[in-house]
Order: sequence, then structure tokens, then C-alpha cells
Amino acid sequence: MPDRMPVAKTYKLYVGGAFPRSESGRSYPVSDAKGNFLANAAHASRKDVRDAVVAARKAFPGWSGTTAYNRGQVLYRVAEVLEGRHEQFAAEVAAAEGVSARKAQSLVDAAVDRWVWYAGWTDKIATVLGAANPVAGPYFSFTVPEPSGVAAVLAPQRSSLLGLVSVLAPVLAAGCTAVVVSSTDRPLPAITLSEVLATSDVPAGVVNVLTGRAAELGPWLASHGDVDALDPAGADARERPELARQAADTVKRVLRVPEDEPDWTRPPDIGRLRHYLEAKTVWHPMGA
Amino acid sequence: MATPTLPAALADATRDESSLRRFLHGLPGVDQVGVEQRAAGLATRSIKKAAKLWAIDTAISMVDLTTLEGADTHGKVRALAAKARRPDPDRPDTPPVAAVCVYPDLAATAVDALGGSGIGVASVATAFPSGRSSRAVKLADVELAVTSGATEVDMVIDRGAFLEGRYGQVFEEIREIKAACGDAHLKVILETGELATYDNVRRAAWLALLAGGDFVKTSTGKVSPAATLPVTHVLLQAVRDWYTATGELRGVKPAGGIRTTKDAVRYLVAVHEVAGPEWLTPALFRFGASSLLNDLLLQRRTQLDGHYSGPDYVTQD
Amino acid sequence: MTMWEYAPAPESRDIANLKAAYRPFVNGEFVDGGGEPLKTLNPATEEVLAEVGTANASDVDAAVKAARRAYERTWSALPGSERAKYLFRIARLIQERARELAVLETLDNGKPVKESRDADIPTAAAHFFYHAGWADKLSYAGLGPDPRPLGVAGQVIPWNFPLLMLAWKIAPALATGNTVVLKPAETTPLTALVFAEICQQADLPPGVVNILPGAGDVGAELVRHPGVDKVAFTGSTEVGKQIQRAVAGTPKRLTLELGGKAANVVFDDAPLDQAVDGIVNGIFFNQGHVCCAGSRLLAQESVVDELLAKLRYRVSTLRLGDPLDKNTDIGAINSAEQLGKIRELVESGDNEGAHRWTSPCPVPERGFFFAPTVFSGVQQSMRIAREEIFGPVLSVLTFRTPEEAVAKANNTPYGLSAGVWTEKGSRILWMANRLRAGVVWANTFNRFDPAAPFGGYRESGFGREGGRTGLEAYLDA
Repeated sequence: MPDRMPVAKTYKLYVGGAFPRSESGRSYPVSDAKGNFLANAAHASRKDVRDAVVAARKAFPGWSGTTAYNRGQVLYRVAEVLEGRHEQFAAEVAAAEGVSARKAQSLVDAAVDRWVWYAGWTDKIATVLGAANPVAGPYFSFTVPEPSGVAAVLAPQRSSLLGLVSVLAPVLAAGCTAVVVSSTDRPLPAITLSEVLATSDVPAGVVNVLTGRAAELGPWLASHGDVDALDPAGADARERPELARQAADTVKRVLRVPEDEPDWTRPPDIGRLRHYLEAKTVWHPMGA
Repeated sequence: MATPTLPAALADATRDESSLRRFLHGLPGVDQVGVEQRAAGLATRSIKKAAKLWAIDTAISMVDLTTLEGADTHGKVRALAAKARRPDPDRPDTPPVAAVCVYPDLAATAVDALGGSGIGVASVATAFPSGRSSRAVKLADVELAVTSGATEVDMVIDRGAFLEGRYGQVFEEIREIKAACGDAHLKVILETGELATYDNVRRAAWLALLAGGDFVKTSTGKVSPAATLPVTHVLLQAVRDWYTATGELRGVKPAGGIRTTKDAVRYLVAVHEVAGPEWLTPALFRFGASSLLNDLLLQRRTQLDGHYSGPDYVTQD
Repeated sequence: MTMWEYAPAPESRDIANLKAAYRPFVNGEFVDGGGEPLKTLNPATEEVLAEVGTANASDVDAAVKAARRAYERTWSALPGSERAKYLFRIARLIQERARELAVLETLDNGKPVKESRDADIPTAAAHFFYHAGWADKLSYAGLGPDPRPLGVAGQVIPWNFPLLMLAWKIAPALATGNTVVLKPAETTPLTALVFAEICQQADLPPGVVNILPGAGDVGAELVRHPGVDKVAFTGSTEVGKQIQRAVAGTPKRLTLELGGKAANVVFDDAPLDQAVDGIVNGIFFNQGHVCCAGSRLLAQESVVDELLAKLRYRVSTLRLGDPLDKNTDIGAINSAEQLGKIRELVESGDNEGAHRWTSPCPVPERGFFFAPTVFSGVQQSMRIAREEIFGPVLSVLTFRTPEEAVAKANNTPYGLSAGVWTEKGSRILWMANRLRAGVVWANTFNRFDPAAPFGGYRESGFGREGGRTGLEAYLDA
């Protein structure tokens, strides 16, 4: 018997800035890499998907409308708060992924640095991806990137924190809002990350995290009429073609992802950022 | 429809519908970003000590203490009238408010309750707040207010006609209401939240001034957004420009959404620096508000006592 | 009616944590400089604020060598992502100490605390924040796959925006992997030396940033030092030309941000009230001590009378006085010397027949103050239309057509900035296309953002600061 009985945390969903249980009332047991019970996670349903999309849509005008500078500050704040809970994340990642304590530390380091990397992108996207168009006529024409809207993200199944951050941060840096389905078997770091997001100036609804089964929730997101983009990274490779077909009905932007989960410790490029951006071209005459 | 007392250029503007349109559309535009920046910049003025106490007393004396609910009763209006006379019973040196503002059917009650106090009775009219009725009904509404003894009438303009570009109709209606007001002062509610752009607000303000409105007023309080600082800047600029053009001083009344002393002081700073110090009088500037008064009273106590007060020390009416 | 007088609302000078003495910062340490110490004044009271140690030639040499060592051993070898985190940390430290820095800046410079609080300090932090993000993204800057830093940057900055100009210089230099030796202006060294403290708090490796207070001779020494790979200067065109001559024939890279005589062009269809605000902001922001100040108002003849009437009323509401008072709009002129220059040029305006109008605002008896002044009836041939006054003095000229406006606006050897006021979008772009200026503001004026490049044409200098373009100045690409 321990001298003191620790207080265990109840892991819930993160929707619209609040931490509700699944509307279905369902939960499922989560174990560590060795099979020991860790906690019961909420088992999100299609109605939780519905609520999460509503929350993400409601948050979109505010988040996309804030200045790029402010979005950068908010993402950097996420890095600061995440760094402050470094030990907790390292322990959760080690338990979830069965890696050594040292490896877990370096994965958390990389996750913090990834937020920093994307924080620096918010106010540089337009200068790198935008353009003044030298059109042949008395017009000033320019092209600016704009966020697509609500993104559905099926987070990687293996990399519980770094993989999740690597797919989520570009959505936010681009100015989109997100509905994330966490890793099914390793969901706890995702919920703890939600606690970080909830306390680091990220407005309610900008990120919504559902724990549950990507295979069950993916189709509801892929076919949802109010979702603009889909990252199917966490879906089984065999299920992705069907998700892509369902997404076609509303002409969603579906990210092309490698068949196997990549090594998330490698430095990213801006592919994921670009995926969540539209290009808008403006023409205006020049004349006295 | 020309008004003989106006300078020639302005009289010309009201000659007919197309003159009015040309005039209103010839007013300089209002740059949204610029006016909002100016309003935010002036809002950083730091008003302290004696200047703050002066501002609080001035703001109290400018309040049109308002109740405009379907559930208003004679009792409610009497309570408000008592509050208007003696806003802070513990502090008899607290100035009374400018007026009590009610619906026309309760104007007589307010007149009775305020008899001899010198406090005005303002009545909303003209199918307030939407203004969607016939001219006859609107005039009857005004008549009820005036015969009940209201000293001020707060009318709403026909926003539908304004947005359709039928400026002549809006102009004529204000003129007729003004005539029906007799000696009562006319405040013209533009409902700026429905006009949507600052350009429209400026045009509507000039339309109201040309038609003889004594005050231009932002809002009914029933539409969001109600009064804002930048909208009030546009109105203050309009009355200043009117003064430059005619030598006449007309008033401004922001209404709705002004709840704190801090807000009120910001409005007074705008009055002081955009229109000018001449406008810092209840004759030319009013606040349409209900909960603002108690915050002013609390802050007044704080200034005088040197410590913070609490809501239980002012009366809830 | 009682007049409403705003009670004084001064910031406490205690917030500035003013010290009796400040010293140069070399290789991560504060050191005794070999130069004659200088006394820095509060221009609003003419009182001595502090004694500041200055550098001599051997201090310059030591600082450049420290910067070289830091460049070779630590800074250029650090991955961009690690450099980024230092810069983010500096940005945060500036934000955390913002109020202290604002009050100190106001004491040393004379600018209203409203401006140091709302413009100088937050924008300085923003420059570090913005450039932090670039440090690990230089391959996206369009300058090749792996652009390299230049080495040691020698930077000389002016007194008008002391900390902000420091940020404009140091942030891009460090983000791109260079190390720096910076000389703040003789009359405004204090915030730069607090910045040195911030570098210590951020654990910045020694030698990456070195700060050498002193007069022009220290700047000249720094610019000429053979160990400097890059020279960046902001200041007068006269000194800029000397520096360009000194650097000529050496392998040093050079960027210059010099004087200006910006035209602010108001058409008769402008949003007049906002144009008035923009004109006021354009010339009276920071007492007109702004190289890109809109010092020439070009008003269309059909609107000039109405515009001037509105302008005079608006200027008369500006509050001049104690820079520490939060309600002060116009603070003190930075030095007796600058005040003398302004007075001399204003006299020339009188003598050449322009019509002077001065705001009736009260002017304090002590300190260096100059009431906002508007000259109308100014002609292109007058000195006040051609020379940079660098003070709260506006020259009003008129034009009839857009072509004439462009011709008059461009009729100057300078080319830093310009303003256009009209509600007609196509005319804005047409004007922007023809105006010979590095920055054109339309229906606004004096906007600065780290994401937007800033710099001049012709005798206003070359090179840009800010944005992707600004990185070029510190990269070998």
C-alpha cells in the first residue's frame, strides 16, 4: 500500500473550450505499452463529432481574423506552457509509446520546438506563399493565402504527442480551426495537450480533441458538409481511399499522406501549412 | 421643402430629393480604420482626481435615465423619477440627471412625478424602436408624448427608407415630427447599428440636422451594436461641422451599452476633443442609459471617500 | 461653463529604475570604457539623468574582436532553431519589462510616454518576435537554399527611436546568424544599455551583442574597423554619405536609412477627418523626429481651405508638455542642438514669406519644447519645403492635378516615404506607382510593422529593414 493514495485524473473530450464526457456516455480502457491499465478514455461518438465541428466553425472567424502576429504569440505561448509540463508529458509519452525515459524526453523537446517552428510561420506565410502578380495591363494584382476553414485531423496512431503536434500545429498556424481524433490506443497525451491549449490563450473551439476510434469517426468527418479539409494520417491505410471518396462529395482538401507513419522527429517542410490555405487573387485598376 | 434659416448651400441641399442625395453623397467619406484608430487613441486619455470627479458629476447631469421595457409600470416610472431627483440619497450634493426617458403612455406619469424638479421628461415615439408604421401613427405617438407633457421627444428614423435611398422621405418625416413637437426638443435616433457603415452614419446625421433635429442619437438600445465610441466620433464631428457651417450648436446622444464610468469618461473626452468644450453640457450631450448611473454613483463615492464602495450602497430602482 | 482641465497623470520615474551610471557592454560584461564619460539629459527638464561610460578606439577593437569570436565559436554554429529561441526569449523579456523601458525611453528621449508605451516598446518586441521566426526558416527567404551570415555587423543608430531602432538593427542581424557591435546615439544611450542587461537575462552567449555608447567618433571608428563585415546606419543623409565614402573600396556590405522630406498628398475626395488625423500623426508623431515624417502636405487646391481649418482646430487640441504625463501628445525636442536647428529653419520660413500658424498650446518654460507649427503658402523653392526640419513643423503646398502632385512630391533628392489620401482606389495605386519613395501609405501614415520592409530611394538610403526583403541586408546571397 502506498502511504498516500494518488488522485487519478478523469480523461475527457475537449470541445468548445470545455472538457465534456462523450455525449454517448461511452468510455474505453487505455493501457500502457506493457498492457497495464492507465485510465478510461471517453469514447467519442458521431454526435461528439457534430458538436466539435459546430465549435470549430464558431471559432473560425475569430481565429482566422486575428492578426498573424497574435496567432504567432498564441502558438509560442503553447510552447511555453508545454515546456512547463515537460515532465508530465515525458511520463505519459513513455507510458503510451513504451519508449525509454530519455527518448520520451527528446520527443517532448521536439514537440515543444515544433510549436515554436510553426509559431514563427504565422506572419511569414503570406510573404513566402503570396505574390504581386506582374499582369500585362494597368492593374495591380496580388495573391494572398487565406485559411480554408475547419480541418478534420485524424492524428497519427503511434506518435502520441510529437505526431499529434506535427499534424495539429500547421492547422492553427494557417489560421484554420481543428477537430482532432487522437490516437485510439494512445490518447492520454492528446487530452493533456488539450489542457495546455485550454490554458495558453488558444480561444475556445479553435482546437477540439476527440478520443475514440478513427475508423468510426473518420467517415463522419470525411462526409461532413461543414468541414473543409481532411488529414487522414491516423486512418488505416486501407480505409483512406474510402475516406477520400466520401470527402469528394463536398470537395474537401484531402492531404496526401505516406502509407506508413513517418518519422516525426525529422524537420518538417511547409507541405502541411500549404494544405490548409487557399490562394486569393485580387485585381485592381491603376489610374488617376 | 427648403428651410429659409439655413445658409444658401445647405438650403439648396434640401430643395428636392436629388439635391439631398447629391449633398449627402458629396460629404467626405469616413475611413473606418482611421476613425476607429482615432477613437481608440483618445480612449487612452488618463482622467484622474479633480478632473475625474468633474467628469463624473457632469456625466450624471447628462444621463437620460431610461426605462423602455414592455413590463414598465407606473410604479417603475415613479421609482425612476425619484432616483432622477436624488440619485444618491446619502449625498445630497449629487447632481440630478438630465431627464427620464420612457414610452409615451407613461410620459404623463413621469411628468407628474418630476413636477417642479427641472428634470426633463423624454418620451420615445414614432413606433419606437422599429419605426415601422404609418406616418399618421407616428405623429399620433408624438402627439401623445407632447400632450402628456414630455419636454423631449426621441424619434426613430425610417431606416428602411434610408437604406433604400429615399432620403427625401426620411427628411420630410423628421420635419413633420419636429413640427409636431412644438416646444419639445427633438432627438433623432439614427439606429447606427442598422446603418452599418460610418458613411451612412454621417449622411443620416446630416439628414437629421438639415431636417431640424436638436440632437442626433445613436441607438434605440434594442439593436446591437448600440452606441460605440467611433460612431459617436462621427456624430460629434457632424455637429461640429454643422456649427462651422451655420453657427448653430446641436447635440449628440449616445445610447445603449454605456455601462461604466470608464466608458462615460471616454465619451466625455471625445466630446471635449472632437466637438469641443462647448459641448460639455447637458444641453448638448446626453447619455441614454440605465445601469450607468449607479456605476457613476459608486465611482463618485470612491473619489470622495478614498476607498472602493460596493453595489449595496447605491439604490436599486 | 466650467472648463475641463485634465489633472496631471504622470508615470512615476521610479518605474525606469534609473541608475546613476551606465557602462559599455562588451563580451557579455559591462566594462569601463576608455572614452570620456558623457552625461545624458532629460530634454524635458534639462536635468542630468545619468553618467554614461563611452568607448574609445581600443574598446571598439575589443568589442569587434569579441563579436568575431562569438560569431566563429558559438553563434554561426548554432542551428537556426536554437538561435530562434534566444530571440523569442529576448522578445518576451522586452514585453515583460515594457513599462520600465517605456518610462526610461521617455526620460532619455523626451517623447510622450503614450508613444513609448504604445509604439516604441511593443514594436521593438515585435521585431524580435518576428525575426525569431526567421532564424530557422532562412531557406524559405528566396535567397537560395542555404544563405550564409556575413559575420560581424557594426551598427550605428539615431536618437529618435532609441530602442526601436536597436531592434530594427539587432533582431535581423542575430536571426540571420551575425553578431553585432552597436553604437546608440550620444543623447539616448540608456535603453540600449538596459537591452544589454536583457541579453544577459536571456543567457545570450557573450560577444553576440556588444553595445558601445559614445559620440560620432565612436561610430566612425566602428565603421572603419577592418574586423567589421557589415555596416548598418540610420541617421542623417550627411553622415550617411561620409560612411558610404569610408566603406567604399572595402569588402564591407552597407545599408543606409537616411533622411526624408515626405509628401503627404491629399485629394479633394479624401476622407477629410481621417486625413486630418493622418496629417497630424504624420508630422507631429514623436515631435516630428521621424525620418519618414509627412513634413510636406500637398493639398489639392479645391480642398485646401477646408482642410487647413480642420487641421488647425485639430492641432490646437494637441497637448504639449511633460512627456511622462500619459495625456501628453507632444513631448520635448531631444536636444538643445536640435531645437536650434528647428528654430533656424522656421525663421527661414518666415523670412521667405510663408505664413506661419502656431498652436496656442502653453509651452513649458524649462526643457526643450517647440509648439506645433503649420506653414501655409509654402512654395517649392523655400527651404522649409526642401530641407528636413526633423521637428513639429508642417509645410503646406498645393496642387491642381494628380500629375502635378506626383511632380511636386518627387521633386526632392530624398525618397523615403509618401502618403496619399483619396477614396478612389485606382488613384491610390496610380500614385503609388509613380511616387519615388520606399514606403507609400494610403489613407494612413506612419505605420510600421516588422513584416513590412522599410527603407528609402535615392538620398534616403538603400537597403530595407523588416519583412523578407530585410533579411537580404544580413545574408550573403
